[in-house]
Amino acid sequence: MQDAAIELVNVNKWFGTFHVLKDINLTVGSGEKVVICGPSGSGKSTVVRCINQLEKHQNGTIRVDGVELTGDAKTAATIRSEIGMVFQQFNLFPHLTVLENLTLGPIKARGLNRKVAEEKARHYLERVHIPDQADKRPTQLSGGQQQRVAIARSLCMEPRVLLFDEPTSALDPEMISEVLDVMVELAEEGMTMVVVTHEMGFARKVADNMVFMDAGEIVEQGKPEHFFTNPKSERCQKFLSQILQH
Amino acid sequence: MNKIILFLSLFLLASGCSSSQIWGWYVIDPTTPTGWTNVKFLISGMGATIQISLIAAVLSIAIGLLVALPSLSEKRAWRLVNRIYVELIRSIPLLPMLFWVFYGLPIVFQSMGMNVPIDPFWGAIITLALSDSAFTAEIYRAGIQSIAKGQSEAAQTIGLNYFQTMRYVILPQAIRRILPPLANQFIYIVKMSAFASVIGMQELTRRANELVVTEYRPLEIYTLLILEYLVLVLIISAGVRWLERRMGADERG
Repeated sequence: MQDAAIELVNVNKWFGTFHVLKDINLTVGSGEKVVICGPSGSGKSTVVRCINQLEKHQNGTIRVDGVELTGDAKTAATIRSEIGMVFQQFNLFPHLTVLENLTLGPIKARGLNRKVAEEKARHYLERVHIPDQADKRPTQLSGGQQQRVAIARSLCMEPRVLLFDEPTSALDPEMISEVLDVMVELAEEGMTMVVVTHEMGFARKVADNMVFMDAGEIVEQGKPEHFFTNPKSERCQKFLSQILQH
Repeated sequence: MNKIILFLSLFLLASGCSSSQIWGWYVIDPTTPTGWTNVKFLISGMGATIQISLIAAVLSIAIGLLVALPSLSEKRAWRLVNRIYVELIRSIPLLPMLFWVFYGLPIVFQSMGMNVPIDPFWGAIITLALSDSAFTAEIYRAGIQSIAKGQSEAAQTIGLNYFQTMRYVILPQAIRRILPPLANQFIYIVKMSAFASVIGMQELTRRANELVVTEYRPLEIYTLLILEYLVLVLIISAGVRWLERRMGADERG
């Protein structure tokens, strides 16, 4: 494995008195794909949101590319531009066209000129297989298309790491695969990815490391071949048996 | 709009026919030289009313946004700044605030060694803008908070800073929800600008008061005054509806 892209050491976080993350230790190597699963409320989304500082951790250390996240705005801004994020609810900007959604970050945050930004945007729209939708509004697209636009929007910032927070949970079943296909392609191209998902087929296909969380703790982590066939902890066995039943 | 004009002309027509002692519509009968002079005198306050209201509204919209932003902060101290401003300003009745600004503020400036005379025009504008800004601030806050949190999170993840997030993501979406209540506030300003008459500003109400003093015909003159405000407010309402339609069209792309 190459040097770590993301490192979490003994990270703790509370929402009020609720201890949402308990001593989280996680290392994501450059180019590595980590899939986090676990029951709802287990803190898996919070881990991802702490990595790009949408949430602040109270103690422990988070390093991205060796830079420690101290919670100050400047570090947070630098780190965020290195890290892309894809949300469950897409969070596209409804008042802008697809193309404008994609070029906003590069133009305003990176200072690219419009022409270059638009070329880049069209390139990434092609990569997520919707080159024809550039001038539409997000609301005119299907859920699967919207999520692919969201992925393209993240890619336009050319991030070192892409975070996915349950990217297919809000989608109709027939649209899940078109999003997962794009994610598999990204994985094959060597993108570093941290994915919170219950799509175990996808996990088996791309994950280098599987992480199971429950009640704010990382209960188990390991290579998918061991993780799926021979989980050590009872909680993980139970969880897997529940979601793999169907 | 047509109905109003009809109503107004019937009114004036009736005034022409009337010879009763009780009614004195002749004072504002534009078909007679005196009546026409009076009407022109009354309407001549319109420019000042419009100017005061417009400038105060623009200032209030700017100040309101500045006051609203701290209310969205995660830091309690910033939210407190907002709360104190809003609670203080909106609790002051307009007339006392007008007196305080017009008669008191120059003394405050004087105490700081500055000579800043405040004329009725700017006294009225400052008062209206301040008074209204507490309300526009609340309108902004509600409008901005109604935009889903995911929008600003997404903006942050593509590297936009706070002001870029507001400027390019949040405010363009919030403005559609903010605009109708802001328009209401503009109407409020136009009406409250009548208070400027008490510090000597030559606007609509002041003109009416002065004419009443010389003509002793309060009913007729104040009726025309009310109609003048009605016309102003109807014009604003029509303008806002046009703006909303245009923005709606924008939204649909």
